[in-house]
Amino acid sequence: MELISPTDFAKEKVQSVQEYAMLAARSIGNLFKRPLYFADMIQQADLIGFGSLPIVVLTGFFTGGALAQNSGDTLRRFGSLTLIGQLVSLGMVRELGPVITGLMVAGRNASGMASELGSMVVTEQIDAMRALGTDPMKKLVTPRVVSTVTMLFFLTIISDAFGIAGGGVASSLFFGVDAHQYWSTAWQILVFQDVFTGLAKPILFGFIIATIGCYYGISARGGTQGVGRATTQAVVAASILIIMVDFFVTRFTMTLFSH
Amino acid sequence: MASPPAVAEQRAQDSQAHPRFAVEFHDVSIAFEDRQVLDGISFQLRHGETKAIFGVAGSGKSTVLKLALGLIRPDAGRIHVLGEDITRMREDDLFELRRRVGIVFQESALFDSLTVRENVAFRLLEEANVAEDEVEKRVREALSFVELEHTIDLFPSELSGGMRRRVAIARTIITHPEVLLYDSPTGGLDPVTSNTIIELVVKQRDVYQTSSLLVTHRLQDAFTMGTHYFDRGENKMKPLPPGSRAKVPMCFLILRDGRIIFDGDLPSLRETKDEYIREYIS
Repeated sequence: MELISPTDFAKEKVQSVQEYAMLAARSIGNLFKRPLYFADMIQQADLIGFGSLPIVVLTGFFTGGALAQNSGDTLRRFGSLTLIGQLVSLGMVRELGPVITGLMVAGRNASGMASELGSMVVTEQIDAMRALGTDPMKKLVTPRVVSTVTMLFFLTIISDAFGIAGGGVASSLFFGVDAHQYWSTAWQILVFQDVFTGLAKPILFGFIIATIGCYYGISARGGTQGVGRATTQAVVAASILIIMVDFFVTRFTMTLFSH
Repeated sequence: MASPPAVAEQRAQDSQAHPRFAVEFHDVSIAFEDRQVLDGISFQLRHGETKAIFGVAGSGKSTVLKLALGLIRPDAGRIHVLGEDITRMREDDLFELRRRVGIVFQESALFDSLTVRENVAFRLLEEANVAEDEVEKRVREALSFVELEHTIDLFPSELSGGMRRRVAIARTIITHPEVLLYDSPTGGLDPVTSNTIIELVVKQRDVYQTSSLLVTHRLQDAFTMGTHYFDRGENKMKPLPPGSRAKVPMCFLILRDGRIIFDGDLPSLRETKDEYIREYIS
């Protein structure tokens, strides 16, 4: 492995951040320029949204179920089993729904975008597109960003709903909690702050997933091995960023609504 | 193709209206990771002329084409394409200029998820104001120019290497670009298929009078282009009559170690005393 000087390493990292920031900014800026590629947006929305539906439904349902089992056991010791609906509902809507959905979509779609765009780079298809007078940022990146942000928003709502349902099934089966009681407490505990926090996150996560996936794809170098590396890096970077951003958004919204 | 003489006449009028060169390089230099690929090269491509660029692998031939299209920017020097200085142009303006310039990539660079029809129609579909019937008509014309009309519904992965190269040519010429750039269009192909491609390039040069830069490793291809013309009547490439003074608009450029060591026509190339060039062309 070739050794690299600390200065060159730092320069490389700063340049990567700069290139990512420019790609992210252009992906938004292109929304205000023609053409808008609606057909590509719809196609990507179908791939990202409908395509991710099964994994989001399954992971949401079983995460809610697992959350109910873990918290139910503790709540029973304190004789507060009736709070299980509230706990599952808050946990899913504020935290687990957005994060689990984000991570699932990152695993499925950030990798897909990085490998697709990376393959286009190494086979000169991106250069061909530029040579044919089409901006790859407009044609490839912006539709993916718009579709991911939009679809992740709705996927998170679906994940929340199935998570609460999974929690309800687990509560009834393993703790004998009354289904009506579970649903009414789960529903009543939610206030504007919870819903706002839970629905602001997928917008940011969707943006992270699409821009990171596209950035690593567009920057892929070194043939098929480079595409494979870009794919792995995209999933890792998107997952880490999702969890980090989740921490800061949670802190921010708690501070915002505490006054 | 749609009325070739009309396109050629229009092109002749355009070149008279803009008497500048189609492509001009002035002292252009570029380095990749401390390796100087081009070191202050200057040359011009006249309107309607085809210039074949030679050089050993890694001598910067493909880099010249990418610079001419503004896909990469030089470290120093100026590049003018169709009278416009592209070294200072914004990317958005470059997209406009690129609509007047076409490139055939070394590995064709067809969009593998699109059919031949969609690949060839790509530019027209992007323009959005071309009617569907017109798109279909022009796609079929472009494909019939490269004699591949029957492949219209196939995907690039279903075509042979030579067919992919010809589809790439069809995709490039569909909008009748004023300048064409060919990056090793015959590289890796058998002699018969190579000859078909060269015939298409000669046809484009002589029928449409398109200015072209052609990068190639195969000297015989360039020599064929320098000694043949396209006969419209017989619709095939024919050798120039022996002893005739007729000339085709063809010249040669040889790169070595990032510099131009030859830039001239076929007779000058044959008469050169440069040892390296003589060895190269022998």
